[in-house]
Amino acid sequence: MPDKPDRNAIEVVNVSKIFGSGEGQVAALDKVSVSIRENEFFTLLGPSGCGKTTLLRLIAGFDFPTAGEILLYGQDIAPLPPFKRPVNTVFQSYALFPHMTVADNIGFGLEMLGKPKAEIKARVAEMLKLVKMEALAGRRTAQISGGQQQRVALARALAPQPKVLLLDEPLSALDYKLRKEMQIELKRLQHETGITFIFVTHDQEEALTMSDRIAVMSSGKILQVGSPWDIYDKPADRFVADFIGETNFLTAAISSVGNGKARATLKSGATVEATVADGFQPKDNATVVVRPEHAKLTKDKGDLAGTVDNIVYFGTDTHIHVHLDSGEAFTVRQQNSRSAGCGFERGDKVGILIGNDAAQVLRD
Amino acid sequence: MATAEEVAKAAERRDVRGRWLLSAPALLVILLAATGPLLIVVVYSFLAPGAYGDVKWQFSSDAWTSVFLERDIFDDTLSLAAAHVTIFWRSIRLAGVTTLATLALGFPTAYFMATRSEKTRDLWLFLITIPFWTNLLIRTFAVLQIIRNEGIINTILLKLGIVSAPVQILYTDTAILIGMAYVYLPLMVLPIYASMEKLDFRLVEAGYDLYATRFKVLWKIIFPLVKPGVIAGSILVFIPALGAYVTPSILGGGKNMMLSNLIELQFGQGRNWPLGSALSITVMIIVMVALLAYVRNAGKSGVRHG
Repeated sequence: MPDKPDRNAIEVVNVSKIFGSGEGQVAALDKVSVSIRENEFFTLLGPSGCGKTTLLRLIAGFDFPTAGEILLYGQDIAPLPPFKRPVNTVFQSYALFPHMTVADNIGFGLEMLGKPKAEIKARVAEMLKLVKMEALAGRRTAQISGGQQQRVALARALAPQPKVLLLDEPLSALDYKLRKEMQIELKRLQHETGITFIFVTHDQEEALTMSDRIAVMSSGKILQVGSPWDIYDKPADRFVADFIGETNFLTAAISSVGNGKARATLKSGATVEATVADGFQPKDNATVVVRPEHAKLTKDKGDLAGTVDNIVYFGTDTHIHVHLDSGEAFTVRQQNSRSAGCGFERGDKVGILIGNDAAQVLRD
Repeated sequence: MATAEEVAKAAERRDVRGRWLLSAPALLVILLAATGPLLIVVVYSFLAPGAYGDVKWQFSSDAWTSVFLERDIFDDTLSLAAAHVTIFWRSIRLAGVTTLATLALGFPTAYFMATRSEKTRDLWLFLITIPFWTNLLIRTFAVLQIIRNEGIINTILLKLGIVSAPVQILYTDTAILIGMAYVYLPLMVLPIYASMEKLDFRLVEAGYDLYATRFKVLWKIIFPLVKPGVIAGSILVFIPALGAYVTPSILGGGKNMMLSNLIELQFGQGRNWPLGSALSITVMIIVMVALLAYVRNAGKSGVRHG
C-alpha cells in the first residue's frame, strides 16, 4: 500500500435516497455518511435491498441523491452527470458493448475522452496485458467466456485511469473456482494500479478476504465500518454478528464491567469473561456472542452442557450442532485431522468450553 | 445385414422425402401465386402491344427500349426519354425522402415507447397501430383536408396573420411527402421499437459511465444496436413508397406523376401493356439492387442479435 492513508477519496455526507413518492415511497438510503480513503479496497457489504447498490449508483452518477453530498477529493460531485465524473464502474452484468471488439470496448472510455489514437492504442495494449487478454483483443464480446468478459469489463473500467473504481457484485455470475481466482486477480489489479476500489457484495466471505475496510449495511443504513478483523471479531450489533460468519448467541447476565471486560453469567450458571464496549451498563439479559471456532467441545463438564444434535463435515473442519440444556442452540467448529474422526456422535452428552477471549457482549 | 450407417442413411432419406411431401402444398401455392404472375409480366414485356390493350403474340423488344429511350417519330433515332427519367428520379427521391422523414420521426418515437414502463408500452404499441384500422383512401383524404388551401393548416396560418394568402401545399411533391410519411410511419416505428425493446439499457449506463455524452451514447451505442430495426423499417417504408399509387394520385393531383401512375397509364389509356410490364420489372430491379446494396453495406458493421 502506498502511504497516504489519511486522504479521503470519497466522502459521503448525510446522503439519503428516496424512491417513489407519497404512500409508496421507500428510503433506499437513510442519512448515510462514510469516508473512503485513497488507495483503499473498500467493500459495501449487506443483504440484497440494503442500499449498497444504490449508494454505488449515486457515486457513479446513475441516480442522484435526495439529500446530502458526495465529495470526490473534496469536490461535490452529486449534481454531475456520470460522464463528467472521473469514476468508472464494473457492472454486475459486465454490460460490454456487443457491437465492438474486446479492444474497442477497452478503448471506448479513452475515445470518448478524446485521447489521441496512438495513446489509446498503447493504453489498450497495456490494459490487455494487465488482464492477460492480449490473444483475444480482436474478438467480439459474445465470443468469449464469462471469466474473460469479466476481465474485459475490468480493463474497460480501468483504462481511463479513474480516481475511483466502482465494482457492483462483479464476481456473482462466476462459478466458485473462477470467483476465487478473480478475487486474487482483483487484489492484484488494485495493488498494481493504486486506484481506490469500492466493491459491492452480499458475500461476507468475499468481503472478508478482499477488503481493507468493510461497511456493513442493512435497511439503508451503515451499521459498522471497520477492517475485516474488526467486523468479524468485534461486531457492533446483532445484525453484523449474525450476517458475518456464523455466530452463537447466548443470553447472559452482565456484571462487573470495566476495562473493556465484564463477567457474563450464562444460563447454565457458568461465568465467563467477555469483552464489552465502553459505557455498557450491567444488566440481566444481554446477548453474548461466541464464534463456533472459539469454543471447544469436551466429554467432561464445560461452561455449557448439552446434547449433540447434528454433525456436519466440511472437509477442512466439522460443525457440531449442540442442543444446550438451557434450550439454546450452539455450534462448535472443530478442525479436522486426517486419521481421527471428530470424536463425537449424535446423542452424546457434551460440555462446551468457552475460552477467556472468546465471548463478546453485544450492544443492544 | 445393413450396417448401422446404411440404416441411418436410409432413415435420413425417408425423413427428407417426408419433409418435401409435407411442404409440397405450400411450395406449390407459393410457386403459382408468386412466380406465376411474375412470369406472365416478364413474358408480356417482350411482346408487342395490341391495338385495344392486351398484347399481340409476337416477340418485340420495343417495350424495353422505351423504358428509358424514345424513338423519334420522324427519323427513328433514339434519345433519352426525359419524361420517364424524371418520373423515375422523382419516385426514387420521394421514396428516399419519405424513408428519411419516417426515420427522423420514428426513431425518437420508438425510443420513447421502449423507455416507458412495460404496462404503458403496450398502450403505446396499440396507439401506433390505430391508423391501420382505417382505409388508406380515407386516411389520405383526411390528410388532404388538413393541407388543402381551405384546410386546417392554412386556416390557422391565415387567422394568425402569418401568411396573407393560403400556402399551396396540396398537389405538390411536399403534399405527397407529407401523405406518404404519415401513412408509412408505423412501418418504421414498429421494427425499430422491436429492436429497441431488446436493447439492454445497462449498456447505455455503461456508455455514460465511460464519458460518452448523451449524443455519443445515442450515436455509438444505441444506434448501432438497433440498426437491424432501422434497416428493416427503411426497407418496409422505401419499397411501398416507391410503388405508392393512392397517395400520390390524390395528394399529387395527377400532375406530378409517380412510377405507379406511369405504369397504370400504360395499362389504361396508354394501351401499351408490354411497356407497363417492362416498367414494373424495372422498378423491381431498382428495388432489388437498392436492397442488396443497403443490406450488404449495413451488414458490414451490423450486430447479430442474440
